Amino acid sequence: MFKFERFGLGIFKGMTVTIRHLFRHPTVSQYPEQRLNISRRTRGNELIWSRERCTGCATCAKACPQGAIEIVTAANTAENKYNVTKYRVDTGYCIQCGLCVEACPYDALFMGFSFERAKYRRADLVQEDDALAESPERPASGYFHPDIAAKLPEQTLLVDKITEKRKKQ
Amino acid sequence: MTTTEELTLHTEPFVLNFGPVHPSTHGVFRMRCTLDGEVVLDIEPVFGYLHRGVEKLAEERTYTGFIPLTDRLDYISPMSNNLGYCLAVEKLAGIKVPERAEYIRVIMAELQRLANHCIAVGSMLNDAGAYYTPFMYAFREREKIIDLFDMVSGQRLTYNYMRIGGVSQDIPAEFLPALKKIISRLKKWVEEYEVLLKQNEILLARAKGVGILAKEIAVNCGISGPVARASGVKRDVRKDDPYSIYDRFQFDIPTGEAGDCYDRYRVRIEEMRQSLRILEQAVPQIPGGAVKADVPHLIRPPAGDAYAHIESPKGELGYYLVSDNSIAPYRCHVRPTSLINLTALREMVKGWKVADLILIFGSIDITMGEVDR
Ligand code: SF4
Ligand code: SF4
Repeated sequence: MFKFERFGLGIFKGMTVTIRHLFRHPTVSQYPEQRLNISRRTRGNELIWSRERCTGCATCAKACPQGAIEIVTAANTAENKYNVTKYRVDTGYCIQCGLCVEACPYDALFMGFSFERAKYRRADLVQEDDALAESPERPASGYFHPDIAAKLPEQTLLVDKITEKRKKQ
Repeated sequence: MTTTEELTLHTEPFVLNFGPVHPSTHGVFRMRCTLDGEVVLDIEPVFGYLHRGVEKLAEERTYTGFIPLTDRLDYISPMSNNLGYCLAVEKLAGIKVPERAEYIRVIMAELQRLANHCIAVGSMLNDAGAYYTPFMYAFREREKIIDLFDMVSGQRLTYNYMRIGGVSQDIPAEFLPALKKIISRLKKWVEEYEVLLKQNEILLARAKGVGILAKEIAVNCGISGPVARASGVKRDVRKDDPYSIYDRFQFDIPTGEAGDCYDRYRVRIEEMRQSLRILEQAVPQIPGGAVKADVPHLIRPPAGDAYAHIESPKGELGYYLVSDNSIAPYRCHVRPTSLINLTALREMVKGWKVADLILIFGSIDITMGEVDR
């Protein structure tokens, strides 16, 4: 059986550590009021798609491990290009891996930067065409797009001990 | 006439199902325990509640497309899983990884070891009944490491950062200063954690001599990682079969002697120190250059097979791939650490009380996602 030699000393030492924590900075934040800046490369739960840049090559659809992207194109022989007639992403199946964004050769696809995008219905998770466009509510993240990342606010790190309350926007 | 035997109180062994959603089972794990009062006579692990057929899914996906799924195997340490899989594909296809990417990979793998051991020791002490103080302190430090992963990969849980032939993106400029801050912060924290618990009488009484795993059993069961090293098996894939660039760094392999819960806890703490040592050596050495070899998205490795293994935070993690020269693996097999480490559980818990069972189970450090695949 284990013998207690210096009973209480170890616990006392531990207590000093705990008490010291009383005087330290908190590392938590009061979420809805106090927000941390998220990573510039955040892979938020939506895809941003630019109709203007998309050529309809369907590389993104082939790269997707989940088969979440559906793209229908019509050949436009007069102008020698594809017209995208349907671009649909089932974000319910999407695992936010970002492989489609990496694969797109024309910079037409971005991960979303905002993260509070919960939906009430499953059907709302299927997004199509212009619902995928970039807008102030749906900003693009800097994932695989360093030019966008440079413009986004710098990430707040817990190691920098966040103490001051962030100004409300 | 009544005999003495009839007068004494008999105890009958009974079977108690422990789990699958018991908070102490670290996931959906069920133990069928045969108990005599509070004494554990035997246990039978029942798993498969989280089985997703990941190996079969790999055969339907492209080589690159499987990387996000490896994140979901051992979700406590996804970076290591990414690394193990990418090494296997690189071995299969004979791809050379750029120098800078190798360093980034080592940094990520070691940070992941630290993050994993934070959870391992934190939750083990939680299981020992220390409740929230050590648990919260450990999680707080883990969050800081996860901040770094978030910075490079954009996700806090499923990083999907490693790629075949390198890593997906270069580290941002603010990464290395933040990493240096975290290294010095973690060093202080490990010392503080030691003060908090090293001589804590309750922990010593609960963990010393409890759940002893003999060296022979550990070797025979194929146990690896901190659990085996605590029993005195000096085996570490980083030293025994160096992969990536681990042969360039100085580090020791901490081992225990007794093979009890306390040794497993101590070995993990020591390993954290060694990981910090590797990080300190790696940071000033990072060279410039590309972070990804020129590998197409759809690769077709030549027909053949390859097995690559790494020292994941939990132990030896291997990926075996068979290629038939198509864009998807013909067969993929994962050698999961947790599943194999779990095979020794029965030997470790026999004769202990139910409360010890929880602690012993916690000291193995398993993730159910990896057990069931
Ligand atoms: S993020 Fe991944 S899962 Fe989602 S649509 Fe793109 S490739 Fe598919
Ligand atoms: S890969 Fe890019 S350009 Fe091609 S179809 Fe997808 S979004 Fe359009």
